[in-house]
Amino acid sequence: MPFIPHTEQDIQSMLASIGAKNIDALFDEIPAALKSGKLTAIGDGLNEMQVTRLMRERAAQDSQPLNFIGAGAYEHHIPAAVWDIATRGEYYTAYTPYQAEASQGTLQTLYEYQTMIASLTGMDASNASLYDGASALAEAILMAVRAHKTSRRVLLPATVSPLYRSVARSIVKLQNIELVEIPFDIATGTTDLAALQQHAGSDIAALVIPQPNFFGALEDVDALTAWAHAQGALAIALVNPLTLALLKAPGQWAEKGADIAVGDGQPLGAPLSSGGPYFGFMCCKQALVRQMPGRIIGRTVDLDGKQGFTLTLQAREQHIRRAKATSNICSNQGLMVTAATIHMALLGMDGLRRAAAASHTNTQALTVQASGMQGVKRLFSAPHFHEVVLHLPESSAKVLESMAGQGISGGYDLQPHYPQLGNAILVCATETKTSEDLQRYVAALRHALH
Amino acid sequence: MLIFERSHPGRRNAAQAPHHSAAASGIPAALLRQDQPLLPEASEMDVVRHYTRLSQKNFSIDTHFYPLGSCTMKYNPRACNTLAMLPNFLARHPLAPEATGQGMLACLYDLQEILKDVTGMAGVSLMPMAGAQGEFAGIAMIRAYHEARGDTARTEIIVPDAAHGTNPATAVMCGYTVKEIPTDANGDVDLDALRAATGPQTAGLMLTNPSTLGVFEKQIQAIQKIVHDAGGLLYYDGANLNAILGKVKPGDMGFDVIHMNLHKTFSTPHGGGGPGAGAVGVAQRLLPFLPLPVVAKQDETYRYLTEKDLPQSIGHLSAFSGNIGILLRAYVYARMLGAEGMHRVAEFATLNANYLMAELHKAGFTVAFPQRRASHEFIVSMKPLKDATGISAMDVAKRLLDKGFHPPTTYFPMLVPECLLIEPTETESKETLDAFVAALKEIRDEAHATPELVKGAPHTMPARRLDDVKAARELDLAWKTPA
Repeated sequence: MPFIPHTEQDIQSMLASIGAKNIDALFDEIPAALKSGKLTAIGDGLNEMQVTRLMRERAAQDSQPLNFIGAGAYEHHIPAAVWDIATRGEYYTAYTPYQAEASQGTLQTLYEYQTMIASLTGMDASNASLYDGASALAEAILMAVRAHKTSRRVLLPATVSPLYRSVARSIVKLQNIELVEIPFDIATGTTDLAALQQHAGSDIAALVIPQPNFFGALEDVDALTAWAHAQGALAIALVNPLTLALLKAPGQWAEKGADIAVGDGQPLGAPLSSGGPYFGFMCCKQALVRQMPGRIIGRTVDLDGKQGFTLTLQAREQHIRRAKATSNICSNQGLMVTAATIHMALLGMDGLRRAAAASHTNTQALTVQASGMQGVKRLFSAPHFHEVVLHLPESSAKVLESMAGQGISGGYDLQPHYPQLGNAILVCATETKTSEDLQRYVAALRHALH
Repeated sequence: MLIFERSHPGRRNAAQAPHHSAAASGIPAALLRQDQPLLPEASEMDVVRHYTRLSQKNFSIDTHFYPLGSCTMKYNPRACNTLAMLPNFLARHPLAPEATGQGMLACLYDLQEILKDVTGMAGVSLMPMAGAQGEFAGIAMIRAYHEARGDTARTEIIVPDAAHGTNPATAVMCGYTVKEIPTDANGDVDLDALRAATGPQTAGLMLTNPSTLGVFEKQIQAIQKIVHDAGGLLYYDGANLNAILGKVKPGDMGFDVIHMNLHKTFSTPHGGGGPGAGAVGVAQRLLPFLPLPVVAKQDETYRYLTEKDLPQSIGHLSAFSGNIGILLRAYVYARMLGAEGMHRVAEFATLNANYLMAELHKAGFTVAFPQRRASHEFIVSMKPLKDATGISAMDVAKRLLDKGFHPPTTYFPMLVPECLLIEPTETESKETLDAFVAALKEIRDEAHATPELVKGAPHTMPARRLDDVKAARELDLAWKTPA
């Protein structure tokens, strides 16, 4: 019996102890009419050899094109040690660290993570993760509305990922929160400050500020943060943690800094994996800590006065506070955070900077090479980080399809989300791309255009 | 020692980083960071040793019996991890064409079909990333259903007092108010209270069956009739699905929507807190509202359904497609079990729980509901021990650590004083259960003979009991370089 150790003798002696005739008798409180028959959609069990063969065949059906898509998930080198250690049974098969004395490994790792991510974002405190970047944005909006007290309106620029905006809507609309879209400047590809100014003086709970934004463009974060604060609104920074190795931390935006910083931790050690698991991070100023959802680890001492770590501020959470909790979140993405911590420790500041800078430089180089082609141009003028929008002279869907036929994922088609941009694609070249890869890209694009 | 204290300025891992220089040209200085974030500068070997040693400070299923009630800490087969981490699965970008992910999509489609079968539901979406998000999806679908019918006066979700905290928290996140109903002396829902609470304002009832008290709700047919007659829908919290897997289908009990914790019932790892996967199943009438994307199969080709296919969907709950790596692990597990193995899960989880309950009862421990069958878990109250010796359930839990056992869930559900909620799961052997009984008996003896020993426990862990009050009052959530 797979994964069940009982021998026939065990079963008989256990039943005798219980005083039950057979195993079926243990279910005698269940009304007979409810008992299910045979399962039909599940075949016979496979042994490990058979299931290995099946999964290898399935994996072989998934091809590996040369990838130039980012759009919220980024291909980066992950050191071999990261997942070797993260999948040690002691990390992989531990539960949530409710019994602190038997969970110091997980707890200290999470405390180290909180330290690293709070420092990267320049914020005072971090939680121990949320599900992903998009749901973290939704939680940040809910948190801002709780903290603001009078307004249920949040300004959400169109330069925030449309995938994130869709998730935020799904989650926050049930609590009657109004999300107001702020258009972008068609020349720069950044939030339109004049359009934003039309909301000045109204009661606003928060402004979301993406950096880099979905187009890879860099927003004027100081001006946006200062504007939000002038309205009495909170500034929610939506950031890519890897870029913070080089970019100004949200805690340093404008005079007072952003109030909440969220994003997806995927660039820190999570494989692309068709979309998950990744993890959402959330950091905030000290004054907002008690409004933060999710688990938080604190450093304290044990009975002997020795340093130790424990879950803290649990009175915010659903298992204590029930209907009055800051969120319903229970399970988070702990193992992904463990991997991210090891990833950040291995790369260190220097390694993260190099990975970020190389991604920036590769995308710049690709932009120059691609936009040298007839009819291909870079669409926006604002400085960009490691993604760029290219405008094509032909149908973006057809060009991408042709490039896919040449073994290249050429970018993300913006047409469905931003039809006003015409045949625009979002392209990303991380540090994983060599100059030969860039040449292959350009050749494939040229071929697709002819 | 923290990783930051192992850091030395200038030490770096050349093998892990690109050869490229660390400078970025073309970014205005005003947007660049001036300060140095606090990241360690340590060698690869230092980092590997540090986190390997930290991991060794954990209890885990791979190292210890872990009978946490309501958490289903069963063995996590290694094949599930190895096969979910095949390079082609890991490398695929979520926005790459679906043609490049047919193998992965085939696994997800098959998993949807398997989950439909074991739950008796008409449709499944695998997208919610954890149980609580599955609950959110479920209640959001109930709300969407009522709203689509113009039935907007339904403002309340009914939740039994024994429910997990996520239930009331979820109802509030979905814009509902919570009406709590009591449990009777047998551990069942108080039907009179349910009748009184139900009416035209009722959007639905959230129920865990077997309940968190470890017993099967025998009146489920009456309950579903009361709620449905009032126009409400029934939500099944799948936290305890392991107890009935292959024995009873929630769909046959009359539930309209269910979430499953694949990290419990389908043996994906808990990972020190996550990631989980909270797939949702629905009855026919809720099919149009499933969260996106759902995997469909047409002419041997798999694709994700979008808003165009399901315009009434409650929408997306993650940027991409949920915790796919976890779903692949659950799929491998389901295929290894097969239909027969699936039936055996509930059988042996229940056998182990009833055996452990019988042995503890015979040993003189106070079982909360001795007149009832245990489901896959049961409750022991330490109140008599506390009255006699001053030793609390928490003291017993901490002393269990010294004996090499992870303690059961403590002080939940709150209805039973000084309780331990014990769930052994089907993957533990009789010898392990016997050793656990022996350890509890030893601790009881110690409580009488040397209570200080138990009160001071644990004595053998990397830390002794921690000062939680200090942790909350003098918040220290991030390390700072000593001044």
